[in-house]
Amino acid sequence: MTDLDPDVRAPGAIAAEATAPASTTAPAAPSPAAASPRRRMGEALYFALRNRKVVGGLTVVLAFAVLGLVAPLLSDHGPNEYVGPAAAPPSGEYWLGTTTFGQDVFLQFAHGIRSTFVAGVLGGGIAALVGMSIGFVAGYRGGLVDEALNMLTNVVLVLPALAVLILLHSYIGIDTVVEQSVFIGLFSWPWVARAIRAQTFSLRSREFVDLARLSGLRSSTIIRREIAPNMSSYLVMTFILLFGGAVLFAATLDFIGLGPTESVSLGLMMNNAVHWSALHLGLWWWFVPPGLAITAIVGSLYLMNVGLDEVFNPKLREM
Amino acid sequence: MLELDQVSKVYRVGAFGARELTAVREVSFSVRPGEVLSLIGESGSGKTTIGRMVLRLTPVTRGRITFDGVDVSGISGRRLREYYRSVQGVFQDPFSSYNPIFKADRVLHMVRRSFLSGLSSAEWRRKLDQALDAVRLDPGQVLDKYPHQLSGGQLQRMLVARALLLDTRLLVADEIISMLDASTRIDVLNLLAGLKERGLGVLFITHDLSLGNYISDRTVILRKGAVVEMGATAKVFANPTHPYTKRLLASVPQLHHKWEKAPAAAPQADGAGRCVYHELRKAGSCESDVEQVALAEVDDDHLVGCARLGS
Amino acid sequence: MGLTVDNLRVYYRTIRGDVKALDGATFQVADGEIMGLAGESGCGKSTLGKSLVRMDSRMRLVGGTVELGGQVLPVGDDQAMNKFRFTQVSIIPQYAMSALNPTRKIGKLVADLLAAKGLDYRSVRPELERRLDLVGLARDVLDRYPIELSGGMKQRMVMLLSTLLNPTLLVADEVTSALDVSTQRAVAQTLAEFRDRGFVTSMIVVTHDISLVYQIADTITVMYAGKLVEKAPADVLVHSPQHPYTQLLISSLPEVGVQYADRQLAGIPGRPPQLLDPPQGCRFRDRCPFASEQCVDEPPFVEVAPGHFAACWKVG
Repeated sequence: MTDLDPDVRAPGAIAAEATAPASTTAPAAPSPAAASPRRRMGEALYFALRNRKVVGGLTVVLAFAVLGLVAPLLSDHGPNEYVGPAAAPPSGEYWLGTTTFGQDVFLQFAHGIRSTFVAGVLGGGIAALVGMSIGFVAGYRGGLVDEALNMLTNVVLVLPALAVLILLHSYIGIDTVVEQSVFIGLFSWPWVARAIRAQTFSLRSREFVDLARLSGLRSSTIIRREIAPNMSSYLVMTFILLFGGAVLFAATLDFIGLGPTESVSLGLMMNNAVHWSALHLGLWWWFVPPGLAITAIVGSLYLMNVGLDEVFNPKLREM
Repeated sequence: MLELDQVSKVYRVGAFGARELTAVREVSFSVRPGEVLSLIGESGSGKTTIGRMVLRLTPVTRGRITFDGVDVSGISGRRLREYYRSVQGVFQDPFSSYNPIFKADRVLHMVRRSFLSGLSSAEWRRKLDQALDAVRLDPGQVLDKYPHQLSGGQLQRMLVARALLLDTRLLVADEIISMLDASTRIDVLNLLAGLKERGLGVLFITHDLSLGNYISDRTVILRKGAVVEMGATAKVFANPTHPYTKRLLASVPQLHHKWEKAPAAAPQADGAGRCVYHELRKAGSCESDVEQVALAEVDDDHLVGCARLGS
Repeated sequence: MGLTVDNLRVYYRTIRGDVKALDGATFQVADGEIMGLAGESGCGKSTLGKSLVRMDSRMRLVGGTVELGGQVLPVGDDQAMNKFRFTQVSIIPQYAMSALNPTRKIGKLVADLLAAKGLDYRSVRPELERRLDLVGLARDVLDRYPIELSGGMKQRMVMLLSTLLNPTLLVADEVTSALDVSTQRAVAQTLAEFRDRGFVTSMIVVTHDISLVYQIADTITVMYAGKLVEKAPADVLVHSPQHPYTQLLISSLPEVGVQYADRQLAGIPGRPPQLLDPPQGCRFRDRCPFASEQCVDEPPFVEVAPGHFAACWKVG
């Protein structure tokens, strides 16, 4: 906000961008570069759509998403049915060839992407919800509440997720993608809580929060209406990271055989491929596409995030 | 109207809260209706903490704060909201007081939603216009705008208008003009002084003695959390009795005379001069009573503490 | 000799065009003179101060020249200015005391600075210690971290650092604004003492606080909206200002001894113009009680009395 006013006379604190929480001061005269929220959103969109990283990443992710969406329309039989010749390389009829059992790899691929995305959205969403709630409350309240929530965060952080998962698998069994997503969500939130707590701490000491208290508003209202909207860019980026992380986590679990076995997923495909010696037999079309897809999706998400960071933080843009 | 009785604020600091930091030490003073009281002190004097305690933004460790005879030191919930109908605050940084992503007049609408929801649109509009008029703001110029589109002076005035919407009786003004330019400062100050006539009491917190002198009826001088001198502004400034007050007054840059070319590197030891407090008490001494926070009467409405207090 | 600035213009690049932050400054500072540069926010005083030493990436030199001691200063060329900085011109930047590297001891900071100039810390140390004594800092401050020092101490340390190599011109940008009243006095008097002892030859003290700079300055220059409006010896400017802006500004300052009940002070209504597209003619025209048609033409900054300059058609 004060980028352009060099004559800021302020006792002590250093002026900062409007999106960055800090104890700021500002000039007595308005500066031309600051913008209204709508214009800022519009400006953010403008820069986002021109940022190569954002556009590139988004295109890749969307392409895969579309594929996953249309998967069931691709043919009338399920992905696990034996339809073609065994172990056939990619051809006009079977775009990604077939497995050792004659299953259509491309069909499996498309369905696999579907469940991967579900795991990402659901797992990421749950982690975001839990992490943000805990982060906001801990950061805003401070004191004993903060101590207690910190302890909870630390406990979850050090719990060996894999060990717990194996236990759960043995006793209850993780059958569906939804169950897997819930599990992923409940283990991925600690860093989110920490980060949001830190941001909330600094926003909390801003005077507009004091003013909201003087207006008789309750804590929950203040968090919802004053603090969270100020961090909207941060929250968006957090969600994208969680989405990518959940996808990776799900794929890993599937790959080592701890995921749901009923539906197809990219990790499960790779698991099967290794299990049935696809490597030795040279059936590259069975394990390379899923692996590449996961890398591409997660990589693109992270790339988008880097790009978005530049968009929201103009100082990082090469101007 | 507002009375502080031996109010203290102690923070726990250090690892595991082992040490204590006393920000405010047994401060007592009162603000009468229609009176402007200045709390003057440098950084670390505890003046902002006192303001926050009066506004119930910070809990009181010891002592009592009463408003119209009712103890408000520990209230919360609905009683706290009622308290906010009578006591409001304006802070130092106008641009930090407004949530930058919303329009500026949102602060006014927040008040409506919390306290004045029963009003019809017409009644609300009338009240709004009245409040804005009292602070000499043109509704057409300041409503429906974002904070960065308005100047610091306009923003501070809108915050005063916000308090006026509620028929506030005590306004806590914490360094409200220190971030404004010289030419707008005086307008906001004059505004506050003019509101006195409406019966509004002001707790004016500042480090700038010239401002305190200009606007206040009574003055409290704070050092390291303790009151070292207080009383009618005219008396305190004309006859500064405590060495700290004298030092502050000597350091204020004036336009009608220059500082003596004294070497500023060596501040005078406070114990070296007289201690009027102990002279008046005719008992004890600065060394033996070093922890005592108490005031002696120099004159009607002019009190002073021990010379060593707060050093 | 001394500093001569001629029609200096420095603009800020922005997406929407150039902000004309400093639009034609012409003045002189003699050797041994302390000039106060006063004005409100956005008037260009910080820009002027900074442009004499180091322009940051957004600033652009549009025109004008700067001469120090008869030598032209290449203020537009960042690289070329390197050999002048700290030795000929130096600046105590705004917020300097908050900008000390918190992870390095003070002594190391000094050593780094000297190494960058090709000097050996050990050879400078005796002089450094003499100066520490002078400003009232204990010698062990060199072994401490910035966080261990108070605001006033940090500010004095920064002042020492900036003047260690005895620059000819020192620019002090708002060095007292974040300090308490009693420390302000100490710091301001230290500045004056630097000049008295010859550590610096001349000084420009940028501030918004006219009362403070009046205490130590020989002359005061007042700026408004990117232009110089008045320059005069300190006593003359404060007690008989000629430019309307200066008059209104000085009369709006509260003093100890003046109470609201006795005499109500008045401010200046309105706001300074936007410098993206400044108005024609005198920039104070819209707020000036004496404005007339003449003011549509920009008044030149001329000498109206010996040593007294003003930019107003109604003066002189």
